[in-house]
Amino acid sequence: MTSLATTEAEAPTRAEPRSSGRLVMASAVIVLVAWVLVPIYLLVVNALGSVAAVTAWPKSLVPEFDLASLAFFANYAGVPRALLNSFLVAGLTMVLSIGLGAPAGYALARFRFPGANLFRLAVLMTRAFPLPLLALPLTVLFIRVGLDDTIIGLALVHTTLAMPFAVLIMASLFMSIPEELEEAAWTLGCSRLSAFRKVVLPLALPGIAAAGIFAFVISWNEVFAAAVLTIENKTLTAFLLQSLDVSPLPLKFAGGAVLIVPALLFLFAVRKYLFSLWGIANR
Amino acid sequence: MADIDIRQVAKRFGSHQALHAVDLTVADGEFVVLLGASGSGKTTLLRIIAGLETASEGTVSIGGRRVDDLPPRRRGIAMVFQNYAVFPHMTVFDNIGFGLAMQKMPAAEIERKVRRVAGMLHIEELLKRYSGQLSGGQRQRVAVARALAVEPAVLLMDEPLSNLDALLRLEMRAELKGVLQESRTTTIYVTHDQVEAMSLADRIAVMHEGRIVQAAPAPEVYHHPATRFVGGFIGNPPMNFLPASREGEGARVAGHLFRDAPASGGALAFGIRPEDLAPAGEGFAGRVKVVEPLGPHQLVTMDLAGHLFRAVLDNDLAVRPGETLVLAPRPGRARWFDADSGASLAEITQPEPVTGA
Repeated sequence: MTSLATTEAEAPTRAEPRSSGRLVMASAVIVLVAWVLVPIYLLVVNALGSVAAVTAWPKSLVPEFDLASLAFFANYAGVPRALLNSFLVAGLTMVLSIGLGAPAGYALARFRFPGANLFRLAVLMTRAFPLPLLALPLTVLFIRVGLDDTIIGLALVHTTLAMPFAVLIMASLFMSIPEELEEAAWTLGCSRLSAFRKVVLPLALPGIAAAGIFAFVISWNEVFAAAVLTIENKTLTAFLLQSLDVSPLPLKFAGGAVLIVPALLFLFAVRKYLFSLWGIANR
Repeated sequence: MADIDIRQVAKRFGSHQALHAVDLTVADGEFVVLLGASGSGKTTLLRIIAGLETASEGTVSIGGRRVDDLPPRRRGIAMVFQNYAVFPHMTVFDNIGFGLAMQKMPAAEIERKVRRVAGMLHIEELLKRYSGQLSGGQRQRVAVARALAVEPAVLLMDEPLSNLDALLRLEMRAELKGVLQESRTTTIYVTHDQVEAMSLADRIAVMHEGRIVQAAPAPEVYHHPATRFVGGFIGNPPMNFLPASREGEGARVAGHLFRDAPASGGALAFGIRPEDLAPAGEGFAGRVKVVEPLGPHQLVTMDLAGHLFRAVLDNDLAVRPGETLVLAPRPGRARWFDADSGASLAEITQPEPVTGA
């Protein structure tokens, strides 16, 4: 591609392997995208379709816009409460993850301390520990402490799930902010704290928001702990899981759509930061 | 406006000794350049003065006040960083006014001071821009303006020109000198560029392996290097060094006898700058290997008794490779060093008075 004159002459021989490679690549991308998008499409079509259309086949390509299923879902006993619980738990998880994860991320990014790498690893290892294994002891402990069936208790569990990502996202975020900016602020009259507030925080804010939203989504989607640890204060996922076999089909689709849409929108909004977490350049 | 007194400052990073008991005093209003190769400890020393690094030993006083336990913001310093460190989320105006705003200065006064330093550095028309919309040279000006705006007692600069391209560096160097002469701020400036050091400094402190090996005005560092290292480090091409053997009162260097060599010290080494050589009837006779025309001069590399020997000669002298050339040191320019310690020994003739300063 550097010189047009030379590539033009060779084009016929070279173009073929390149275009067939591109074909494989394109079909792989299409399959992967379809893998993700088709279920979402069906979910949305069925949620927005009329109750009768849910069982109809083939599906119309253009979804109907009938809010009957959604309205039915919204009025279904316990749904508004579960929805509210989901928001509360996810919101609290977000606040806790940022509140605890930001300082940890800052420390990982800025200070060299013995065990920093071990800590980094340990943070990730918490994700390797299966939650079902923890469920019973955790439930017993929560009952003893009085945290069972509470929003806070569930948010604490979700925070431990979201924290590794929050810490690592924010560590890479703070690392991407040159230390000299902070040092310059110190020489210009800032303490460490005010330099953080005036220089680091404004630059890190979008990333911190991303980490928070990611924590929100993790909590929003989490079903196991929510189902085990709560009875009265069920989140939407736990509520749907519990009532899945007793509820009519439109309700399931509507519930699924309500669950998935906020998560999708949020993840789409913060995709840049998730890429940077996995080491993919975002510029 | 303040003087700086650095006493016995040492710094260790783990087992690595970055600084060895450094002493340096900088007078009020003086411009001192810390010059050294990378790893010589110059930036570490600057950061210790700034308070961004703590010394393992020793004391730093600014304006007669010990600052070792003070954070950077209480030391009365301002710093210009190598990569400028212009805050990307603020306009140029807010960057320059940042230090003033931290002092809770009234907005009208901030405005006045920002406009004044922006004027000094010719960036008035950039005040509304963000760092991302500036070129490297413009960012450099903003960084300097931001440091000067707070009217610091001491201005610290860490290789501020090294990220600029050659032409811009030359331009900024001259401008920086003008601006700093005007402000009369005590300045410590770190660089590895000897030309920059020579052109800017009232005094150059040459650093090597964590020590200041010589702190003197540029002409003195150039003509009277305190050690063999300084002679070899400063000057381009570097000083020629030749082994010398004592002969009575004098010493023989590459076949040429100098009648009076320094009596003190043990084994001798002889040093001469390439530009301090001239063709002569008697002196160092060597075979010319390479002739490089350098515009106003020509650089002649010759083989002198198995040693590479360089001379910067006038262009009008016809020199061809393969010829034998006889060169003698200009009077008073030959230098003697202790062959073991590398320390400078007394010169053959009377040292010429140091001019410039």
